[in-house]
Amino acid sequence: MPTAIAAPQRVVRKKNSYGQIRAESLFRRTLVIVGVAMLLLVTGILITLIIGSIPSIKSLGIKYLWGTTWDPVNNVYGALPFLIGTLLTSFLALIMSVPFSFAIAIYLGEYNPKGWLSNFLKNMVELIAAVPSVIYGFWGLLVLVPIVRELEMKFNILPYGIGIFTSALILTIMIIPYAASLGREMIRLVPSPLKEGAYSLGATRYEVIRNVILPYTKSGLFAGVLLSLGRALGETMAVTMVIGNTSIIPTSIFAPGNTMASVIANEFTEADRTVYLSALIELGLVLFLVTVIINMIGKRIIKRFTNE
Amino acid sequence: MNAHVKYRVGKSRAVQALIVFMAFLITVPLILIIVYIFREGITKINWTFLTRVPKPVGETGGGIANALIGSILIVLAASVIAIPIGILGGIYLSENKNTRLSYWSRLAVDVLQGVPSIVIGIVVYFWVVKPIGTFSAISGSVALAIMMLPILIRSTEETLKLIPSSLKEAGLALGLPYHRVILKVIVPCGISGILSGIMLSIARIAGETAPLLFTAFGNPYLNTNLTKPMQSLPLLIFNYATSPYDDWHDLAWGAALILLFTVLLLNIITKITSRRWNVQL
Repeated sequence: MPTAIAAPQRVVRKKNSYGQIRAESLFRRTLVIVGVAMLLLVTGILITLIIGSIPSIKSLGIKYLWGTTWDPVNNVYGALPFLIGTLLTSFLALIMSVPFSFAIAIYLGEYNPKGWLSNFLKNMVELIAAVPSVIYGFWGLLVLVPIVRELEMKFNILPYGIGIFTSALILTIMIIPYAASLGREMIRLVPSPLKEGAYSLGATRYEVIRNVILPYTKSGLFAGVLLSLGRALGETMAVTMVIGNTSIIPTSIFAPGNTMASVIANEFTEADRTVYLSALIELGLVLFLVTVIINMIGKRIIKRFTNE
Repeated sequence: MNAHVKYRVGKSRAVQALIVFMAFLITVPLILIIVYIFREGITKINWTFLTRVPKPVGETGGGIANALIGSILIVLAASVIAIPIGILGGIYLSENKNTRLSYWSRLAVDVLQGVPSIVIGIVVYFWVVKPIGTFSAISGSVALAIMMLPILIRSTEETLKLIPSSLKEAGLALGLPYHRVILKVIVPCGISGILSGIMLSIARIAGETAPLLFTAFGNPYLNTNLTKPMQSLPLLIFNYATSPYDDWHDLAWGAALILLFTVLLLNIITKITSRRWNVQL
């Protein structure tokens, strides 16, 4: 009688452990599938963009990239105005943001790495990165644009208010956190014997920063600037709202213009012709490739820096 | 002390003052934006604002109920899609540190993190909107889910890496199957890090507008059907802020206040909960 009871129990246990083994291999397989899926997702994005831009590559060719007129009504497509607009806004923003990012990085990394004040600043910087870009755009449109317009009137420039310069101002605020927080990490990695050596030779704090910390973290700071640039190039909403959206080559940095991202945002749903739509997708492809390359270079530098 | 030393010390002090000044200057625009949006938005928010849909131009009143509900639904659907995949991806990367596939997979996640949001909008338009034949909320969720993935995967990976391998070895030595060790031992140990990753990823995408332009598209009426176009807070802010009507600007200010505070609150909660884990997100 006791064996009769024990037997089915053993069967159940055996089945259960088979089930466990099956579940285990299923779980391992699921993990691998998810890993492969990430790869497929990125290659899928690239392939979709390439397929989408084939009609435009075929009919417009490579000179599309430096065509100076963008006139969908007459079926003329040239991307130069947007390339110039993108480069102008991004690099202006970069130039304006770098001193602030480095100041924050040096303050948080060297002058005051601990304590409530540095915590406060660190959290503020992170919150700047957290504010949605549409809110920057809205604030820029209703607060910053009138201020810029007044400035332009004072300097006797055509007072658009909106334009390349205003977009660059907004972008400056938005991209500061990226270079700043990375720079802070890098400055913290400077070995203290190096700094102590310089201090013991009688160097002042400024001289230590100038001659020890900055040379040591040069490549790391550069990587942070690259990540900021990648951010600025791809930023859409805030720029779209304040840049003015005119598809002519901007004549000055105060003129309205368009960036690659903003023209896609504005015209994608209106594009009724295949070539028109395809030209916009090709802009997306260029944007994708440029930002990916910039980000990859930046990450490579960071990896090399932190492994050393 | 001779003059030259005095000069050097003075220069050092001056540079320090300049750096401190410039570092704290950055808080000015942030405080300005928060204060401005608070002042403009707080007067617009009332019960009607939260429970009605927008009125046509020229009529005062109306609210943003459609955008509130739409935003919640879109973000919820995006989370449902992204969270399981993201956590599994994070487990995969933390478990396979040096295989060839994991190297490429990690690279792919890195690439994905840098893709401009507008490009994801274009791609999802072709993947989801074209086949279905109409703009839909679910396509917006797919786009946002793609944006959530890198953050989720990274935070899960970094959290699980911190868990001592002796825990896993102890589980395996007791004869526990691999999946139970991961799901019942490793993941519960890192759950607060994973949760803060989830919250951070939601905070990041809640304010995203660009990927929704060609997917969820926006809708002036209340809609709870995920296969139809749907309004969301960022879309509403974008559309109404760029319109010339004061009534619509008012709605946009109120919506901006709600969006800003939701996002900032999520970030602050994440910060408090992740402090314990010391995870770099």
